[in-house]
Amino acid sequence: MSVLLWLIQLILIPLLSPLCIGIVRKIKAKFQNRTGASVLQPYRDLWKLFQKDEVISKDASWIFKFAPYFIYSITVILGASIPIFSTIFYPNLLSDILVVIYLIALGTFFLALAGMDSGSAFGGFGSSREMTVAALTEGGLMFSILTLAFAAHSTNLFVIAKNISSLSFFSFAPIILAFGAFIITMLSETSRFPFDNPATHLELTMIHEAMILEYSGKRLALIEWAAANKFLIFLSLGANLFFPWGMSLTNCLSDTLLALFLFAVKILILCVFVAVLESSIAKFRFFRLPDLLFTSFILSIISISLII
Amino acid sequence: MNIMFNTFTSSNIFIGAIVLWAIGAAGSLFLRKNDNLSNTFGNCFAVLGSILGLISSSLVFIGGFEFSFNIVSSLPLLSLSFKVDKLAAFFIFTISLIALLSSLYALEYIKHYYTKYNIGTLNFFYNIFILGMVLVVSANNALFFLIVWEIMSLASYFLVIYENKEKDNLKAGSLYFIMTHIGTAFITLAFLLLYSATGSLDFSIIKENIGNVTPLVKNIVFILSIVGFGTKAGIIPLHIWLPGAHPAAPSHVSALMSGVMIKTGIYMFIRIFMDIITTAPVWWGTVILILGAISSLLGVLYALTEHDIKRLLAYHSIENIGIIMMGIGSSLIFWSLDMKPYAILGLVAALFHTINHAIFKALLFLGAGSVISKMHTRNMEEYGGLIKYMPQTAFFFLIGSMAISAFPPFNGFFSEWITFQALFKGIMISDTSVRWAFLTAAGSLAFTGGLAAMCFVKVFGSTFLARPRSKEVSHAKEAGIKIRFSMLILSTLTLLLGLASGTVTDILSGIVNNLGIFNKVKPVLLATAVNVRLEDNFSAVSIPLILIILIVVTVLIFILVSAFTLNTKIQIGDTWDCGSTLTSRMEITATAFANSIISIFHGVLKPTKQITIEYRDASMRYFPKTETVRLGTKDIYRGYFYLPVQLLTTKVSGYVKKIQSGNINTYILYILIILIAMLLLASI
Repeated sequence: MSVLLWLIQLILIPLLSPLCIGIVRKIKAKFQNRTGASVLQPYRDLWKLFQKDEVISKDASWIFKFAPYFIYSITVILGASIPIFSTIFYPNLLSDILVVIYLIALGTFFLALAGMDSGSAFGGFGSSREMTVAALTEGGLMFSILTLAFAAHSTNLFVIAKNISSLSFFSFAPIILAFGAFIITMLSETSRFPFDNPATHLELTMIHEAMILEYSGKRLALIEWAAANKFLIFLSLGANLFFPWGMSLTNCLSDTLLALFLFAVKILILCVFVAVLESSIAKFRFFRLPDLLFTSFILSIISISLII
Repeated sequence: MNIMFNTFTSSNIFIGAIVLWAIGAAGSLFLRKNDNLSNTFGNCFAVLGSILGLISSSLVFIGGFEFSFNIVSSLPLLSLSFKVDKLAAFFIFTISLIALLSSLYALEYIKHYYTKYNIGTLNFFYNIFILGMVLVVSANNALFFLIVWEIMSLASYFLVIYENKEKDNLKAGSLYFIMTHIGTAFITLAFLLLYSATGSLDFSIIKENIGNVTPLVKNIVFILSIVGFGTKAGIIPLHIWLPGAHPAAPSHVSALMSGVMIKTGIYMFIRIFMDIITTAPVWWGTVILILGAISSLLGVLYALTEHDIKRLLAYHSIENIGIIMMGIGSSLIFWSLDMKPYAILGLVAALFHTINHAIFKALLFLGAGSVISKMHTRNMEEYGGLIKYMPQTAFFFLIGSMAISAFPPFNGFFSEWITFQALFKGIMISDTSVRWAFLTAAGSLAFTGGLAAMCFVKVFGSTFLARPRSKEVSHAKEAGIKIRFSMLILSTLTLLLGLASGTVTDILSGIVNNLGIFNKVKPVLLATAVNVRLEDNFSAVSIPLILIILIVVTVLIFILVSAFTLNTKIQIGDTWDCGSTLTSRMEITATAFANSIISIFHGVLKPTKQITIEYRDASMRYFPKTETVRLGTKDIYRGYFYLPVQLLTTKVSGYVKKIQSGNINTYILYILIILIAMLLLASI
């Protein structure tokens, strides 16, 4: 039984992440009065890209070729080490907050290097913007989850999920505050509005898309898939750390099924939230983004002061 | 075992190391007529001395064979008194390790100085410099300490101005000379205060009689030491000599200066505040913690503004000294709040980061040196695409970059992890009066991590990736075997220290426990060979597991994807150029990369922009011939800290000048007055 649970934990994020992207796109299409592509379209895109030949710049080095595999692997590892539907995986030594945050940063590091590698002006500026935003996001991200760690007396994500769910209702004010901070960093890390436009190909505004402009074929598929994974990872962190009710504490089947169902519901709500947000606000000017990120950091500091 | 190794052997090996370095110095001076010979002689003796240093210090801090000995001199207060306890041995180990690899590197690296500069003098000062550093951490007498401190400072000064045909180096050297002596003045004052209170210059006797020292004197000694040793350590705002001096020295010396010399300041912080003076008020730790937070954040921000590769690395030393200071600061606070187990945590973090920084900073400086020796410039804007010409150097530099950016599974991650744990504990359990300091420090460390990663994307990207931005690049060849070998060892060490973090933590806890105040305190960090966790299960981490999982999953994904896409082809093409001809002038440069972050922090960094336009026709200013844009940053501490001090000094000097009449009779009168005053004072 637990082998099966491990397997689910391992493949759930990569399996469902394209669907999440599809759902967000579908809702956005509805907002724009379009029918939109099917929610399964991201799967078809990935399938198509994996079948295609690829072009690699003659200026690129091994970093460019290696980065997609590494970045994708990191998201798979992260997906397996965060709480999704059950807290029984808590002895996992990869679930420490700092390990998770620095692994995310490691992926960004290689993505930014790959962006510079082919010597295109787009890639370079994409990397510069990405690293600027990522560097300023790290503080808010770490401190918003740290609030929970202080409340739960552990930096292990599974233990956090377990302990937060047993907190009394009244101690939740600071956690909501920290959630606000987390949402800001989530939008930043996953290249969403108001930080970045995931659908744009207008070079003046793009961050993430500019970095990966040189990729094609299977490597592009891996990078796109990794980005989708990262999106779902952040949604899961938001859903399961800040609102951890309904996660199964045992490895019995009925609990697990219920937990999986609740997980799907929570993720769906967050997807709708992101889609509504993207449809209702405009992208910010690049130099206004730090204000937002510092706000996230300050919010986390306030919630930490409240919780201790 | 015990028959073979005892304190007698460890001290004899130590003396052997010192003698070898001394012979190396003297011999290379003697052989200065022959570049090749003095190179081989000087560096081989440096290598041999370092090996003995490594053996002797490991015997002390692993085997526990501490030793001390005295050589009585004819001067009354001076005794050449050595004492190597575990703490000193740890620093000797670090110094010897970096010296060993730097000397190995130098055997090949300094060949490009042949006939241009004198190799004999370089190796003379180089060996003296290593010798001075080792003596500084083993001296047990204040006067002896000051003498060897001065030897270390002067030797490094001469190494900084070694390439004396470049005017900038001389200027950087003078600034270093002035700053280091201001520091020495403060240190001397601190020792004199301790002497007047305890009646001895011997550290052990000062320590025994520390009860006679009033709290006020202790506080003054604290401030004097912070300024004195802080100048050497390079904490902001006392760091102004550092970004000039470290790049000016030859690269293997920069590695030693950045990697270990500035750590002697850290060593003395620990020695004075936690070993000699054993009662620290809370504000001492708070001051150190805040200074660390400021140094780390500002250090990395200034690093981002640099496009001189060695100046950039020098600024990162300031950042890392800041991180070490955070460990020491939190340790001092915990200790004064009587939470000794956590104080050990902070100090272990500081020591761990000390050796980690020494290793990866040396690696980065050696990598930078190997690039500079081929490119003949330190300006990163003229690099680009070097990964194709120097693939191995690039690989080692990448490992160093990942280690300094604190990415798992390298050693930098682990020491930052423990530092974070100490700060988290501070936020959780200390009372409100100091909690803000811990919060500030943790916040600053979080941002420092992100900014350091950004800075190293910039360095690595603009140096090794994309297309060459100057012709020199295409002439670049891979560095020689000895250069690559030293970098290989250092890269392996960054990984090994990460993987063996549990074992190293245990050893470091042993060193910390050996300090009198932490005797028999149980550490809160429980380490096994594969993982490290806090006693209360607040956090746990396993670096080997991270490495294994990263490798296994990446290989698995690679195999799966390759198997799945067997019949797709890879085509080599041009980078997308939007229909124009793509030149290397269009790719991003180091300056452009950091420009957005500089704009965001313009309040601190004060960017400046100076545009000079030369017109074809000066009277009709329509057609510019050349246009030069010079981007820079203004140092706020110069404007708000050094300038007022300078103005004050000039003003006071103006007043003092009035007694200087130039008439010799007046001066004789002054002497008479002073003499009478002294006699009067003596009779009271």
